[in-house]
Amino acid sequence: MFFTYLRRELAGRRRQTAIIAVGMALAIALVMIVNSVSAGVRDAQAAVLESVYGVGTDLTVSQASGPPEGGEEGGPGVRFEFGTEDGETTDDGTTLSNSRLTVDRGTSTFDASVLDTVEAVDGVSAASATLSLTNVTFDGELPEPPTDQSSGDQAAAGDGTMPAPGEGGGGGFGGGAFDVTSVTVTGVDPAAEAIGPLSAVELADGRGLDSGDTGEYVVVLDAEYATTEGVAVGDTIDLGGTEFEVVGTVTSTSADAATASNAYIPLDVAQELSGMDGQISDISVQAASASDIPAVKADLEEALPDQTVSTQEDLAASVSGSLGSASSLISSLGLWLSVAVLAAAFLIAILFTIQGVTRRTREFGTLKAIGWSNRRITGQVAGESLVQGLIGGAAGLALGFIGIAVINAISPSLATTSSSAMAAGPGGEGGMAGGFGGGPMAAAQETTEVVLNAPVTLGVVALAVGLAVVGGLLAGAIGGWRASKLRPAEALRSVA
Amino acid sequence: MYTLENVTKTYRQKERTIHALKDVSLTIPTGQLVAIQGPTGGGKSTLLQMLGALDRPTSGRISLGEADLSGMPDAKLGRIRATEIGFVFQGFNLIPTLTAQENVETALEPLGVPAEERRRRATEALVSVGLGDRAHHVPSELSGGQQQRVAIARALVKEPDVLLADEPTGNLDEQTRDEIMALLEGLHRDRGLTLVIVTHDSAVARRAERRLHLKHGTVTERA
Repeated sequence: MFFTYLRRELAGRRRQTAIIAVGMALAIALVMIVNSVSAGVRDAQAAVLESVYGVGTDLTVSQASGPPEGGEEGGPGVRFEFGTEDGETTDDGTTLSNSRLTVDRGTSTFDASVLDTVEAVDGVSAASATLSLTNVTFDGELPEPPTDQSSGDQAAAGDGTMPAPGEGGGGGFGGGAFDVTSVTVTGVDPAAEAIGPLSAVELADGRGLDSGDTGEYVVVLDAEYATTEGVAVGDTIDLGGTEFEVVGTVTSTSADAATASNAYIPLDVAQELSGMDGQISDISVQAASASDIPAVKADLEEALPDQTVSTQEDLAASVSGSLGSASSLISSLGLWLSVAVLAAAFLIAILFTIQGVTRRTREFGTLKAIGWSNRRITGQVAGESLVQGLIGGAAGLALGFIGIAVINAISPSLATTSSSAMAAGPGGEGGMAGGFGGGPMAAAQETTEVVLNAPVTLGVVALAVGLAVVGGLLAGAIGGWRASKLRPAEALRSVA
Repeated sequence: MYTLENVTKTYRQKERTIHALKDVSLTIPTGQLVAIQGPTGGGKSTLLQMLGALDRPTSGRISLGEADLSGMPDAKLGRIRATEIGFVFQGFNLIPTLTAQENVETALEPLGVPAEERRRRATEALVSVGLGDRAHHVPSELSGGQQQRVAIARALVKEPDVLLADEPTGNLDEQTRDEIMALLEGLHRDRGLTLVIVTHDSAVARRAERRLHLKHGTVTERA
């Protein structure tokens, strides 16, 4: 009887059923799409962060950058110093080539002993230190310097210091042709594959770094960078004026983001060549369990008052660009729009159910007169509303899937910029020709294109079904309560 | 058997107090056919609702057999209505989306009768009122007389002791009225039903064994 009555009522009141179902469908589809896009944005952020900090990194320890100080290593820029033996001088000028491995601009280093402190904290299951460097190469030809006195003794002697590109030009002469290129280099613990930047890459060719590489001049290159440079496994490249053997190439494990660095070298070698003995720039920390993260963060902050401890959530905030905009749009406008539409749909369902109960006063009065209990009548009304909600849920699910499929078909690209000290994605190649006086050379912030995918998860489906059930039950409960409050005598009298 | 002792029912309507029933005392023996007449607003329908356990008196006592309807909780009143009392209304009060068969079955729903038996008994009830061939029609496909027959079948399918009819022929033409009355009289006679009919129609009232007149909330017997 319950199902017969329910079926006949829904079929007999198609317009009401359709209005409620359409309202619910639109709301549920919107919630699904917002939820799915939100998950996509989160995935994109996670992909960017993983490429920088590695898979499984729960926390990072770094040191906030202080104001740049002139002359300090890693300060305002890279200084190239040339001796009298450097370069080859001809009638046309002097050909020079020099590369230097220095700490990234905007990155501060700290003592490697901090790693021991981190590892000693309860709840830390693994930790790995890295040193983020930039290899800047000056390669080109300088014209024969003028011979008059105004050019100074240094230039005349062919011995001096090239000003850093960030410092402005040395001034006075031009007409030469040279390139200044930069390559991001990360010094990593060769034995730490489970955590840190190398955990987010997969081998494309050759081999990765291992514990036997400590102290060795070996390098693993980003496969894309290697292709661009025409370098293969077994070749050598110059980093900081030292020949490194290329032992492998890697690609990012994420299809959505690039690797963190152009080149990976053993940490001790990185420290030695950059003059940063005993220094590191970041520590990737893995907590024993997700629930430990807040406590571990608090303990680390207490143990390391001079360092900055960041969780993935903190790091996500450092991802800016259109990905960051999408994230804030989804979390603000999308969320509230979903809530508003959902509330409107629920309200419509409730109002229509109450209106239906009012219209059926005589019907319910009659049923009470022939002995139907309040519980049975409430159940009937709730059942009808629940099915209306489920019809809306099914339509919303279909509509939501279509919306998500459209988003995935479009696959919008979002630009992301990491404002952290470690820039996302491999470094670009700077190139200048002509005189000095260019802008900053090694950009601390780099932009990466991330493809937004809206994943359909069981959670999204469960959310849609759950909302349909909740909406239907809510409307049914209120309508049923109203029906149960009808006094049979009054219900019959009202139509007598 | 119904026993009413000093039954009073008052309503508050805005600022006014309406005395629908005033100190009514009467007895209706089991198996009697009683007609209640009187002017509109005289308290006929209110009395029928008291007899049908749809409402409680403001004061006084109503009992059906051993059951005190005036002091019974709602759930028990519902149970009494489900098992012992059948209703027939002037406007038929059928559920518009259900077929005749399903409308009749609604009366067996609160009794927990299994679906198979419910269908069988509903079919038998429809056959007994001459609507065996209209079982699968919805009310809008039936005439007024046929709808009232469905309502009578619904009232009788649970085999009640009492049948209360509020203007059962009020919406029907003369010929259909006579058919319905003949049907009710037959059921009353064959099943020994206590039948209480509220009516404005003297032709209907004259067919009753006993006639009561209700005016200004007060009951008087009529010869």
